[in-house]
Amino acid sequence: MAVVSTENVPVKTEPDVVTVRRRVREVSSQLGLSLVDQTKIITAASELARNTIIYGGGGSMQVQTLNGPRVGLRLTFEDNGPGIPDVDLALRDGFTTGSGLGLGLGGSKRLVNEFEIFSKPGAGTRITITRWK
Amino acid sequence: MSEMQLNQKGAKLVDILSGQEERILAEWMKEMTGSTRRGDLIKESELRAECTQFLKLLKQTTEAAGTDFQSPSFGPMREMLGDVSRGRAQKGFKPSETATFVFSLKRPLFDQIQTQYKGDTDAMAAEMWSLTELLDAMGLYTMEVFQKSREDMIRRQQEELLELSTPVVKLWDGILALPIIGTLDSARTQVVMESLLQAIVQTNSRMAIIDITGVPTVDTVVAQHLLKTVTAARLMGADCIISGVRPQIAQTIVHLGINLLDVTTKATLAAAFSVALQRLGISFVRDAAKS
Repeated sequence: MAVVSTENVPVKTEPDVVTVRRRVREVSSQLGLSLVDQTKIITAASELARNTIIYGGGGSMQVQTLNGPRVGLRLTFEDNGPGIPDVDLALRDGFTTGSGLGLGLGGSKRLVNEFEIFSKPGAGTRITITRWK
Repeated sequence: MSEMQLNQKGAKLVDILSGQEERILAEWMKEMTGSTRRGDLIKESELRAECTQFLKLLKQTTEAAGTDFQSPSFGPMREMLGDVSRGRAQKGFKPSETATFVFSLKRPLFDQIQTQYKGDTDAMAAEMWSLTELLDAMGLYTMEVFQKSREDMIRRQQEELLELSTPVVKLWDGILALPIIGTLDSARTQVVMESLLQAIVQTNSRMAIIDITGVPTVDTVVAQHLLKTVTAARLMGADCIISGVRPQIAQTIVHLGINLLDVTTKATLAAAFSVALQRLGISFVRDAAKS
């Protein structure tokens, strides 16, 4: 698997979520992802970016385009926030410590092909999602 | 610096320019091809006309007023540079590409100075220095105007976006529609939703259609806003229909696990309108005489 390009997008404030969505839209359409796949990864990015801001206190998104053998888009959201004590619980639908629907994390997992999450209390959270073409 | 010295300096630049306009222009155009020419944004003939005009003005102005860009005699030059810069900003040039319009003139002029002052290094250095100062001042001025016109553009767009605040339209007696365009997770959402609830009261409507055709992404926050509005409208005795659910949005909603089962949703505004009419017991009959 070869990484074709890498770029970082800051995810600090609420307007950054719009920037994240726009950037992911641009990159995924350049990669030639189908409209449905584009919409899926944009929506997942939107959820995770908002989580990064609300629960992680801000961080960044890394955008990687992948090539060979398969074309795909990989996004990594990273923050230095309080971390998630129980990842399984956080992934469960309807569970939230905030005021949302509690579907963002589990939902974005279902919207992508690969979903990896590393989180430790006090050590921040890193979530990597990949959508293949 | 006395007036005479200024004039003298200016006079030198005039000497350099006069008779050589064609050559300088050609070299300048070549210089720009290498660094900043954007054939996609500006036509060759247009660029040539700008350059010719610029050289003509430069000659006239320096002849009369030397190389002090701050002097009032440079008014026409400033105006021209301002126009060039604003035009570039609107056409979508990058700031550096805009500044290079002026900076790329350096090499052709310096070459010219070198030819003319062969052997007289002191005079050459002095002439180059005053020319550099002038061109730098012009370049900076171009950037200032560019920046300002960009800011003006952004401010205007922001105002236009506010103007765009979503209107609630009446489709029929008792049926309202709220076509939403753009993102729905900002502070704007609250305003949009409130205006719908207000309109329901004012028009005493029983049906409200929220059209999300123009909403590019429906994530959990957007869905939550929609559900809240539907619930609030229901409490006020109005039924909501969400229309404009495109295939990709429908799939995304399913994967996210958002439950919209309690809400009537339709793919198009037309379908939603038809449902609304049905619920109000309104039906249309084709006029046989006219069809």
